[in-house]
Amino acid sequence: MKQYLLSIYQPDGDPPPPEVLDPIMRDVDAVKDEMKAAGVWVFSGGLHPASTATVVRADGDDVLTTDGPYVESKEHVGGFTVIEVADLDAALEWGGKLTRALSLLPVEVRPFVDASEG
Amino acid sequence: MPTRHSEIERVFRAEHARAVAVLVRTFGDIDIAEESVQDAFATAVRRWPADGLPPSPSGWIITTARNRAIDRLRRESTRADRHAQAALLHADGRSGTAAQEGPVDDDRLRLIFTCCHPALAPAARVALTLRLVGGLSTAEIAQAFLVPEPTMAQRISRAKGKIRDARIPYRVPADADLPDRLGAVLAVVYLIFNEGHTASSGEQPTRDDLGAEAIRLGRLLAELMPDEPEVMGLLALMLLVESRRPARITADSELVLLAEQDRTRWDRALIAEGQAIVRRCLRRNQPGVYQIQAAINAVHSDADTAADTDWKQIWQLYDQLAAIAASPVVALNRAVAVAEVEGDEAGLALVDELDLDRYHLFHAVRADLLRRLGRDAEAAGAYDRAIARTRNPVEQAFLENRRQQIDDSGSRDA
Repeated sequence: MKQYLLSIYQPDGDPPPPEVLDPIMRDVDAVKDEMKAAGVWVFSGGLHPASTATVVRADGDDVLTTDGPYVESKEHVGGFTVIEVADLDAALEWGGKLTRALSLLPVEVRPFVDASEG
Repeated sequence: MPTRHSEIERVFRAEHARAVAVLVRTFGDIDIAEESVQDAFATAVRRWPADGLPPSPSGWIITTARNRAIDRLRRESTRADRHAQAALLHADGRSGTAAQEGPVDDDRLRLIFTCCHPALAPAARVALTLRLVGGLSTAEIAQAFLVPEPTMAQRISRAKGKIRDARIPYRVPADADLPDRLGAVLAVVYLIFNEGHTASSGEQPTRDDLGAEAIRLGRLLAELMPDEPEVMGLLALMLLVESRRPARITADSELVLLAEQDRTRWDRALIAEGQAIVRRCLRRNQPGVYQIQAAINAVHSDADTAADTDWKQIWQLYDQLAAIAASPVVALNRAVAVAEVEGDEAGLALVDELDLDRYHLFHAVRADLLRRLGRDAEAAGAYDRAIARTRNPVEQAFLENRRQQIDDSGSRDA
């Protein structure tokens, strides 16, 4: 089995109004339940907007702290799910369910390095 | 009797995909499969000229490659190379199937579907397919696509790395996914064919080796999936287009349009083969984009002269094509057929509705219709726009020649 990170990318700015957001969140929760029922769900979480991020970076003996996010972009990771499945096709299948639930937001599917890959 | 190098070359072309495919299944690793198959062929080049061809060249190559791979992996795994250990474990787990080759044809299909996986970039799918299934060297592929060899090497190695690290599976897709995934495979083969047919840039007008390679891949797919109508449709389409190649470019590298080709130079054997497949597709009656395009080409192949062409039938076929895969390019080709049946005015009216400004053939078709309608100044402008939008020197030369003819006739009229 192999673990994959499914990252949800969302545009910066105000979230959609509740009448739009609530049904989406219900659908996303339903996908999470489905993942749990199938035994593939490992971990997931939603993040506060990128405007709340802080970047720290070692600078000699000091650590510099700056207002984040690290990458300037109009879109940032807004949430993620880790799943454990047989191969990329299975991971893309779950990624597909997630992006359909999110209506317009893309999902990036990326493999974890296995312990055996060293 | 000594074995000639050409005979080994023939075995290489015929058996490379099978050998790599079996080895990938055995060891679960593309690099190991490729390297050991190359080793095996290098050994064949040394031994076969003196020893003669073994009774089963394919079996000999696969057995030799497998032994080479195991030797190499044992050496490397003693150095605690986890990768090598994993591949050996994979092979041990499959030792039950090692005695016989198992469903070999399925292995080649698996390899093709892996090379054409939608998670790989289209350019990488093309390169991997030519390399692993076609057996072309990285240098040959780089040359065919006019990119520096290191660029192509990096493209191939990155794709292989993604297959391994993201664990792109080595299998034929489930029935539910097959139409989409098969579409991706056919698109790769057709792209290779088109690159061979009309090189998008560079000095050579066509790259016959790529066209031949695409047809070889098409024949392999037809052998492996004879019940997929679009697989047969693509093969027929390529055969029928290829049949006209001897008449399409002159000895001086000049492009000759379909209407002006010397039809006695068409390859009758390819036409017969392509038309027979089209007839079988028609009987099966599960039309698709490749089958319909093959049927259109079959209608052209039926006509002894350009004037004999059954344009009404071609018009109907383009209607069918537009119904399942509408696109501005299909509409442009349909307009050409309409012009032949209903007249140039009717054709031009349809062409002028299209939003295809960036496509050189849109301007070339407009220019031709305007020329036939005697609207020379507008035709010359359209030829200029067509010339500016192609990088293929043979097409450019053809269009410039056409434009010159308008100027010449204009100055005669004056």
